[in-house]
Amino acid sequence: MSGIAQAFRRHPELMVAAVLVLTVVTIGLVNPVFWQPSNLFSLLRASVITGILGLAVLLVMLSGGIDVSFPAFAIAAMYLTVKAMIAWGFDSILPAFAMATGIGLLLGLVNAVFVHYLRMIPLIVTLGTGTAVRGFILGVVGTSQINIDQMPPKLIEFGRTQLFSVTQAAGSETGLSAMVLVYAVIALLIHLLLRYTMLGRGIYALGGGEEAARRVGFNIRQTTFLIYGLAGAIAGFAGLLHGAMIWTANPRDMVGLELDVIAAVVLGGASIFGGRGSVIGTILGGLTLVVITNSLIILGIDTTWQRVVVGLIVIAATAATAWRDRKRIA
Amino acid sequence: MTAIAQRLRRLDTNLLQLALLTVLIFAGMAALNPERFLRPYVFESITFVAPELGLLAIAMMVAMLTGGIDLSVIGIANLSCILAGLFFHAVGAPRGPDLANLSWPLVAAGIGLALGTGLLAGAINGLLITRLRVTPILATIGTGQVFTGICLVLTGGPAVVGFPKLWGLIGNGTAFGIAVPLIVFLAVAALVWFVLARTAFGITLALIGTNARAAAFAGLRTGRTVFLSYVLTGGLASIAGILLSGRTNAAKSDYGVSYLLQAVLIAVLAGTNPAGGRASVPGIVLALAALMLLSSGLQIMRFSNFLVDLIWGGFLLLSIALAAWRNRTR
Repeated sequence: MSGIAQAFRRHPELMVAAVLVLTVVTIGLVNPVFWQPSNLFSLLRASVITGILGLAVLLVMLSGGIDVSFPAFAIAAMYLTVKAMIAWGFDSILPAFAMATGIGLLLGLVNAVFVHYLRMIPLIVTLGTGTAVRGFILGVVGTSQINIDQMPPKLIEFGRTQLFSVTQAAGSETGLSAMVLVYAVIALLIHLLLRYTMLGRGIYALGGGEEAARRVGFNIRQTTFLIYGLAGAIAGFAGLLHGAMIWTANPRDMVGLELDVIAAVVLGGASIFGGRGSVIGTILGGLTLVVITNSLIILGIDTTWQRVVVGLIVIAATAATAWRDRKRIA
Repeated sequence: MTAIAQRLRRLDTNLLQLALLTVLIFAGMAALNPERFLRPYVFESITFVAPELGLLAIAMMVAMLTGGIDLSVIGIANLSCILAGLFFHAVGAPRGPDLANLSWPLVAAGIGLALGTGLLAGAINGLLITRLRVTPILATIGTGQVFTGICLVLTGGPAVVGFPKLWGLIGNGTAFGIAVPLIVFLAVAALVWFVLARTAFGITLALIGTNARAAAFAGLRTGRTVFLSYVLTGGLASIAGILLSGRTNAAKSDYGVSYLLQAVLIAVLAGTNPAGGRASVPGIVLALAALMLLSSGLQIMRFSNFLVDLIWGGFLLLSIALAAWRNRTR
C-alpha cells in the first residue's frame, strides 16, 4: 500500500493517468457508445487545441505565473494570418504557420516586458494584454467571420489530413486527424526542452524561487523572455491550427477558453507555486478534461452543467495539488 | 504655511495624481465635444451606472490587500441576483402587478437572500484559500466557474426578467435628488474605508499583505482574517449584483463579464498593490470617476465597444507602467 502511495508521490503523472482511466472506464460502462472509434477519434482531435494551449500555460505556470491572454493571442495570430493570406494571395502552409507563430511570439514578448521590467503580477499583465489584443482585433481589424468558401484551400486541406481511417461496425468510415501528430511533435519538443536543456531547467528553477535561481546563475531575464515568448508563439501556432481544423476564422472564437485550458493544466498536476508539473501530466490532464466535458451528452447530463463540472475540476485538482505540496508551503 | 505644506506632503501623491488624471480626462472630453459632453444627463447617468462597478472594484481591492485576487466576483454578483429574482418569481408571480407590487418585507427577504448568497460564496472562497491552501487565483477561477455554472443550470441560459418595484428603486430611484445607487455606493465605500483604515481587522489585513510570515510570527490570526476578507469581498460583490439587477430589471448568468477587467483596472489604478499591503478607498472613488468620465466621453464619440475594450486593456498596462515608475523611487 505504501509502495503505491510512494509511486504516486514520485510520479504525479500516475495519479492523473489513474483519474483518466477511471473516467474513461466509468463513462464507457454508462454508455458503450463511448468506445466507438468515431467517438474516440473525435475526442483525440478535440484535445489537440486544448492540449497545445495547455503546453503554453504549463510553461508559464512552471515559472510560478499564470497566463489568461493566450486565447486572444491565438485568435489574433489566426485572424491576421488568414486575412493576410487572402489579401496577399499566398496559400502555402509553412509561411502561414511561420507568420502566426511570429505574431504570437511578438505578443508574448510584450507580456515578458511587463512581467520582467515592470515587475507586475502575470495574471494582471495578461488580463490587460489579452483584453487589449481582443479589442484591437475586433475594433480595428474586423468582426466578420471568414467562412470555408473564403478560407485558403491549402489550409483546409492541411486541417483535414488524416493519419489513417478505419471502418466502423455500422459500415461508416472514420479517421484520426493528423493534427494529433502535430500535437505530439510539439509536446515532444517542449518535453525535451524542459528536461534536457539548461533553458528548460531555468524555467523550473525560476518557479522554485527567483532569488535562488539567480544565485545559482540562471539568467532571469532570458528565462522570462523565453517563457512568455514561447508561450505566445505556441498560442499563435495553435490559433492557426484551430482555424485550419474548423475551416473558419472567427475573431470572436475561443472566448473563455482560458478557463478550460487552465483547468486541464492544473488537472495535469502543475502547481501555480511553480516548479512542479510536466508535459506528460498536461497531456493527460487535457485529455481527461476533454473526455469529461465532451461526454456529458452521452452520459445524459444537460450541457448547462458543463461550467459547474469544469469549475469543480479546477477546485478539486488545485486542492489536491495544494495538499500534495502542503509541506513545501508550511 | 509650513503646516499646509506638511499636510499636503502627507496627502498621498497617488491621490493627487489620480485627481489630476480625472481633471485631465474631464477637460479633454469637454474640449473634444463641449456641446454633447457638458450636459447634466451625462453626469446623471454616470451616477447610476458607476456604483455597481465601483463596488466590484472595492471587492477586488479587499482581496488584493492580502496579496490575493477574486476572479469570482462577477459570478457571485450574478448568482446573488438570479437567486433573488427566482425567489421573487416564486413568492410573487413570474410577471404582472403581483410581482411589481411585492411588499417590502418580501423584498427585504430577497435582499437578505442575495447578501447571504454573496457572504456564503465568499466564505467558500475563503475556506478554499485559507484551509485548503489553494492559491486565490485558481480557487476563485474554479468557484467563479461553479457560480456561473449554477446560474446557467438555474436559468437554462435566458435572463430572469422582472423584479419588484421596490427592488428597482435601489438601482433606478433617486432620493433627495441623488441617485440611490450612488448613495449605496458612498455608504458602503465609507464603511469599507472605516473598516480598513480604523479597525484592527483592516490593519491586520494590510500587515498580512505586506508580509504574511511576519504577521503570523507576530501572533496575528492570519487564517481567520483572510477568510473574513473573502467573506467581505463576496458580500460586496452581491451588493453590486443587487444594484445591477435593480437598474436593468433583469439578471443573467453572463451579465457584467467585462466588469472583471475594469474592476481590476480601477483597483490597480487606485494604487492598490496586487502583491498586497496597500489599498485606498478614496483612490478607488477617484479612479472610478476618471474611468467613467473616459467611457462616457468615448461613448459620446461613438467608439465601438471593442475599441473601448482596447483602451481599457491599454489603460491597465499603462497604469502598471505608472505604478512601476512610482515605486522606482521608493
